[in-house]
Amino acid sequence: MATPIQPAQPNRVGMSRNDYKGLPSTLCQGCGHNSIASQIIAACFELDIVPEEIMKFSGIGCSSKSPAYFLNRSFGFNGLHGRMPSLATGALFGDHRLRAIGVSGDGDTASIGMGQFKHMVRRNVPMLYLVENNGVYGLTKGQFSATAEVGLELKHQGANRYMPVDICMEALVSNATFVARSFAGDPKQVKELIKAGLAHRGIAVLDIVSPCVTFNNQVNAFHSYSWGKDHEAPLHEISFVPKLGEIMLEDAFEEGAVREVTLHDGSQVILKKLEKEYDPTDRWQALRMLEEAQRNNWMVTGLIYVDTSRPSLTDTYNLPDTALNRLGEADLRPGRDTLEGINASLA
Amino acid sequence: MPVRKIVNDFSITIATVNGSGSQTANTAILRSLFKMGIPVSGKNLFPSNIQGLPTWYTIRVSKQGYTARRDVNDIVIAMNPASFERDLAAVAPGGAFFYADDIKAPITRTDISAYPMPVKELVRSADVSPNLRDYIANMVYVGILAQVIDLPLGKVRDSLSVHFKGKEKAIQSNMDIVQKAAAWAADNLKKSDPFSVAAMDKTGGLIMSDGNTAAALGSIYGGVQFVGWYPITPASSLAEELNEYLPRLRRTEDGRNTYAILQAEDELAAIGMTIGAGWAGLRAMTSTSGPGLSLMTEYAGLAYYVEVPIVVWDVQRIGPSTGLPTRTSQGDLAFTYYMGHGDTQHILLLPGSVSECFEFGWRAFDLAERLQAPVFVLSDLDFGMNQWMTGPFQYPDTPMQRGKVLWEEDIEKIKDTWGRYRDMDNDGIPWRTAPGNRHPASAWFGRGTGHDEKAKYSEDAVTWETNMARLKKKYDTARQFVPKPVVTGTGNPVGIVAYGSVVPAVEEARDLLRQAGGPETDFLRLRALPCTEEVREFVQAHERIYFVEANRDGQLRQVLSASMPDQAGKFRPANHNDGLPLTARWVMEAIQSQEAK
Repeated sequence: MATPIQPAQPNRVGMSRNDYKGLPSTLCQGCGHNSIASQIIAACFELDIVPEEIMKFSGIGCSSKSPAYFLNRSFGFNGLHGRMPSLATGALFGDHRLRAIGVSGDGDTASIGMGQFKHMVRRNVPMLYLVENNGVYGLTKGQFSATAEVGLELKHQGANRYMPVDICMEALVSNATFVARSFAGDPKQVKELIKAGLAHRGIAVLDIVSPCVTFNNQVNAFHSYSWGKDHEAPLHEISFVPKLGEIMLEDAFEEGAVREVTLHDGSQVILKKLEKEYDPTDRWQALRMLEEAQRNNWMVTGLIYVDTSRPSLTDTYNLPDTALNRLGEADLRPGRDTLEGINASLA
Repeated sequence: MPVRKIVNDFSITIATVNGSGSQTANTAILRSLFKMGIPVSGKNLFPSNIQGLPTWYTIRVSKQGYTARRDVNDIVIAMNPASFERDLAAVAPGGAFFYADDIKAPITRTDISAYPMPVKELVRSADVSPNLRDYIANMVYVGILAQVIDLPLGKVRDSLSVHFKGKEKAIQSNMDIVQKAAAWAADNLKKSDPFSVAAMDKTGGLIMSDGNTAAALGSIYGGVQFVGWYPITPASSLAEELNEYLPRLRRTEDGRNTYAILQAEDELAAIGMTIGAGWAGLRAMTSTSGPGLSLMTEYAGLAYYVEVPIVVWDVQRIGPSTGLPTRTSQGDLAFTYYMGHGDTQHILLLPGSVSECFEFGWRAFDLAERLQAPVFVLSDLDFGMNQWMTGPFQYPDTPMQRGKVLWEEDIEKIKDTWGRYRDMDNDGIPWRTAPGNRHPASAWFGRGTGHDEKAKYSEDAVTWETNMARLKKKYDTARQFVPKPVVTGTGNPVGIVAYGSVVPAVEEARDLLRQAGGPETDFLRLRALPCTEEVREFVQAHERIYFVEANRDGQLRQVLSASMPDQAGKFRPANHNDGLPLTARWVMEAIQSQEAK
């Protein structure tokens, strides 16, 4: 029996889910990146974000194409390979009230973009920086990326000789204020972490292992679906609760088994304890956990670290309440008398 | 008694050790002369080194008002033992040689006046703490020189007051040693050289500034809102002056900044940030020099193709490669003009004086925003880092021109026909929107990949070619907006074309040629690329055109040869570059030798 079609409920800002959609994806069928795009759409819809109040950025690569597949009504800029962080850094000064979401890949971040990635992190650029990490170059048809594990074999490439870059570790040692890892095959966790990252005021690095179905999906490869499903070790179950609190979906947490982290806008991430005590506000513990995971070949997912005390880049610039890009000549051109004073001082 | 007297027409070269703080002393001499109403120019010829290598500062005193470098050293002040022999050899016959008397080297010349200076002795007698002695040592030559060439000490004090921004203690401790040294010279030296100065009235209404300060101030009066930069000689002081003046000039009543300035991790990021800000609707700029410009190339191509307004100051130094980081050049013109892979052509502004550095500082933003394109301003080390007497900075004479920007109410009116890259006015310039615009039809996706009129990804062949043709049309439109050349002289068969810091040498060379019996020349001072109609008219009206440039290959001549091949047969090279500013004599001889053929 066919269920009658329910008209979609608009969200709190009067938008339907369609208002957050993008163009049809041109990525491969089954690509983990497509699933992430869907979760970005869902997260923004559920967070009641006005699409015009968020900007999208990306670099170059499969991942960097994906901002075209979500948030059609948002401004976006697909920049140069590895150099999206600088583009976003400058753009955020245009209207510092806007949110930003950057989508990068493992080549874009951990190879050519390592420098800009680290500097974006240390400046605490207010942006959700999402890495769609598949350990391989897809657009150029299957070369190793810097996150590929040592010993991985790829057609035409042979075995990888070099140690992989751990993006979360790099973020953490560069004093990131939000570090998380997820797995494209776990859409619920992906969505909760996207929401938490968007609510964080500062850099939110979210490394999502997103298998490449075409070039790197061997059963034994770290960045594959089957390996990920078998080896994923969530730190905790995550639930994101927006500031207004009405959409509290899960209330099954027991005292002592949960930890709440309050983000800048008052919303909360609730972490349910799994196997061990894990405190995501303890940087030293986060580093030790990542090291342990690497030794044991675990793919640990969840919110690895969060620090809500540091101001974001644009917060440190003492900007006016009005967006800089709305200022006009009266605000921007100093008066004639000031120039006369300068000329006099140089005479 | 000297046989002849040479007043207000000579040059002084001061040889010191880099990092010894001689800049204060040298600038004090320069500014004192300026304050006497005598035309002066000063050039710092310094090594790429923080401390220890030889450095020279040359001052030209010219009653006629010439400011180009002169390669004759009438007065040499030798403070550096390491360069003593060559400094002594460099003194022109009949010249004067002042030297620190602790340098134990023989004075081997008898055709000059040699004056020993008891630098150590005078410094020891000064009432300053030992750690300041090295700095005030240079004030000894200021005092002795002032005494010998009749430079009033009151003017030295006025100049130090400018330098130390009126801080009396610093002024007085320097003046003490200046006065002691002058008194010593009055008692102990017998003048035997012909050089002296006398007050004139030729600097009234002028100011003294370097080009980087002028550029920074011009940018501020142009409403700069975002600066992304990375340190590089000789451009660093441009951003540092922005840091100096922006907090004073650009705060709101409640103390907020209407700008942001950010030192990036490298030039790749500096231009990336600048483009992000320009895309987001800000007046955004970066400043760099050759190697940094090379790094910025890929992003410059993106800015051209995505049509993002930004301003890039290139304070040129000599290349290729790292080159000579502290030596001047006009070597980046051809590279900047075509900067980027694929079919790119950029808008270049070519300031010809320090006051024009100020003017192009604000004008560049108007051009960039009207044309939605990167605008490159080519200054160089000679302008950027040296002090020049120049016209006072003129307040902008036009309101800010923000170009075709649509906000919410604008886009509501044309939302059905608008496309980010649609040529709605048939001038190649589309209408743009910026992030923060809340209208649901305002957003577009910037991309360096092929795109159609709606900024959507497209690999369609016709779409690609149509868009590139529009960009070319836009470049032609730019010809209406860029500053026109300045032409002096008319009716002569020989023309000169030049731009930038070689202009003072060209102007002087034209006088020298006239005095030498010809040829009489007309002069076109180019101020921008693409060329305006006036350039073609000038070229057509002359039989032979000399291109005076400070580079090896005659880059402007090459660019104009390509854009007007029918005229290129008339073009003659007058270019060379060894890292030093061109002299008028070199320019004159380059033209004379070809005219004689």
